[in-house]
Amino acid sequence: MAQTYRNMLVDPMVDNNPITLQVLGICSALAVTSSLQVAFVMAIAVTLVTGFSSMFISVIRSQIPGSIRIIVQMIIIASLVIVVDQVLKAYAYEISKTLSVFVGLIITNCIVMGRAEAFAMKNPPFESFIDGVGNGLGYGLILMLVGFIRELFGSGSLFGFTILETVNNGGWYVPNGLLLLPPSAFFVIGLLIWAFRTWKPGQVEAREYRIRAVEAH
Amino acid sequence: MGLRSFFDRIEPDFVKGGKYERFFPIYEMVESFLFTPKTVTTAAPHARSYVDMKRIMTYVVIATVPCILFGLYNTGLQTNMAIQQHGAEGWRAAIVEFLGVGFNPDNPLANMFHGLLYFLPIYLVTLAAGGAWEVLFATVRRHEVNEGFLVTSMLYTLILPASTPLWQVALGISFGVVIGKEVFGGTGKNFLNPALVGRAFLYFAYPAQMSGDTIWTPVDGFSGATALSVTASEGVAALPSYGITWWDAFIGTIQGSMGETSTVACLIGLAFLLTTRIANYRMVVGCLAGMIGFSWLLNMIGSDTNPAFATPWYWHLVIGGYAFGLVFMVTEPVSGSHTNLGRYIYGALIGFMVVMIRVLNPAFPEGMMLAILFGNVFAPLIDYFVVQANIRRRARRNA
Repeated sequence: MAQTYRNMLVDPMVDNNPITLQVLGICSALAVTSSLQVAFVMAIAVTLVTGFSSMFISVIRSQIPGSIRIIVQMIIIASLVIVVDQVLKAYAYEISKTLSVFVGLIITNCIVMGRAEAFAMKNPPFESFIDGVGNGLGYGLILMLVGFIRELFGSGSLFGFTILETVNNGGWYVPNGLLLLPPSAFFVIGLLIWAFRTWKPGQVEAREYRIRAVEAH
Repeated sequence: MGLRSFFDRIEPDFVKGGKYERFFPIYEMVESFLFTPKTVTTAAPHARSYVDMKRIMTYVVIATVPCILFGLYNTGLQTNMAIQQHGAEGWRAAIVEFLGVGFNPDNPLANMFHGLLYFLPIYLVTLAAGGAWEVLFATVRRHEVNEGFLVTSMLYTLILPASTPLWQVALGISFGVVIGKEVFGGTGKNFLNPALVGRAFLYFAYPAQMSGDTIWTPVDGFSGATALSVTASEGVAALPSYGITWWDAFIGTIQGSMGETSTVACLIGLAFLLTTRIANYRMVVGCLAGMIGFSWLLNMIGSDTNPAFATPWYWHLVIGGYAFGLVFMVTEPVSGSHTNLGRYIYGALIGFMVVMIRVLNPAFPEGMMLAILFGNVFAPLIDYFVVQANIRRRARRNA
């Protein structure tokens, strides 16, 4: 093993983050980050699904015929997502209603598929599990960061507890309505990517072209 | 000792290798603000023109002068009229009373003075907050601060309601300068109009104060509907019963953002920009054609449920921010199309979208800001198709 378990778990959080470096899973990151609670539940759900789907796929990886491997992976992922969805409906109905279709859409989340294809098909089960959990946590980390900013400045609260008393409730804080709209997550994620790449310049992609200097004649 | 020799004396400290090398952009900003920039083109082609960026930007600021003056007058007028009914309070009223200017809406100078008390704080905050970001980026990224910011800050101030809280002013211009311009590399590389990006940020972030449904006269307890929301809900025929005639809207003595109510002041600015050829007439023609064409089409179609269908084109021209946007924002050369045919299409797209948003979208009474941003986004695509069509045509001709 080239990588230690610890590396496999920690690497996707910053150095190889699925959202800020690979720019995957953006769709759900826009939709579920308007409040921290929802973002937190979504992060746990994705972490569990990525971890276990990677593990199960890895277990049967030598039995899966190459030509239908995507279908087999999808069946495993979809079964897990249905389990998560049912559990949420049974024990956290309100949150499940807020998450609505996005729990079901974990099936199509590129991160889950990506780890299955890129890692679990070539590695033993336990490593695959750790890798899946690591990527789920990397995704969750960004989700929580975005959710923190959006909920704090958008509605003045964290996990539903009031931090900044809003004007409507007699306080001083005027909530920023833009942050409650999904497009604001684009700005927040964009700024996060900017911050990450300033912190770790190695993540900056090489230019696809060079601007030529003007030649003096 | 003259100012020039002062600059010559301190220049060595700021150029490469000097003590304050890091602060060169600030030195350059002050110097090129006061004198003609010394930089000249080193490589061919050498086209000689006196119209450099400094001149273009300065001319645009000059073109806004009628709007500024009328904006001062109208802001004061609307406030003073409201004060007649509701009484005066706040520090501005205290200053007006202290100086003995009075609140008489029939006195133009008193109106302008009261308007200035609203305009100046907003403008100064815009300059300070936006300027701080400009200088920060210029210092870190080692590019120059240029006069473009003067245009951005002036336009931004003019499209704000007089009642905007100052912290919102600062937040909006910060967003406009950083997200609208600097992240893309600064002046000349922005594909959106920074002033409008800042305004759009406020529009979506604080819709209660900004969306243009209710009027913006900064007197507590005073509220009512704007010309646009009356048009949207009851049709343009109902406007005279609210005391707004077409001439009022054309001259600009109606409620609205500070600098954009007066169509005639905008048209004076347009005449100046077209004469000096800073603004490209093709964009203006396209934008007028798109607006007139589509509003005429909607007039023809008619609607029993939506009275805004019946709004004729000459009303669309005078209410809301259409005239101001047409003159100062559609014609902005950087964020618009760069091909001549593309400019017509770009203008027409904006004209069409304004009427579309105003008439057919019940959520937004005003559409000029969103229409221009929409046009900005599409401008490179329009250029691409125009260039490709040209390449295809020439390839066929020479085949």
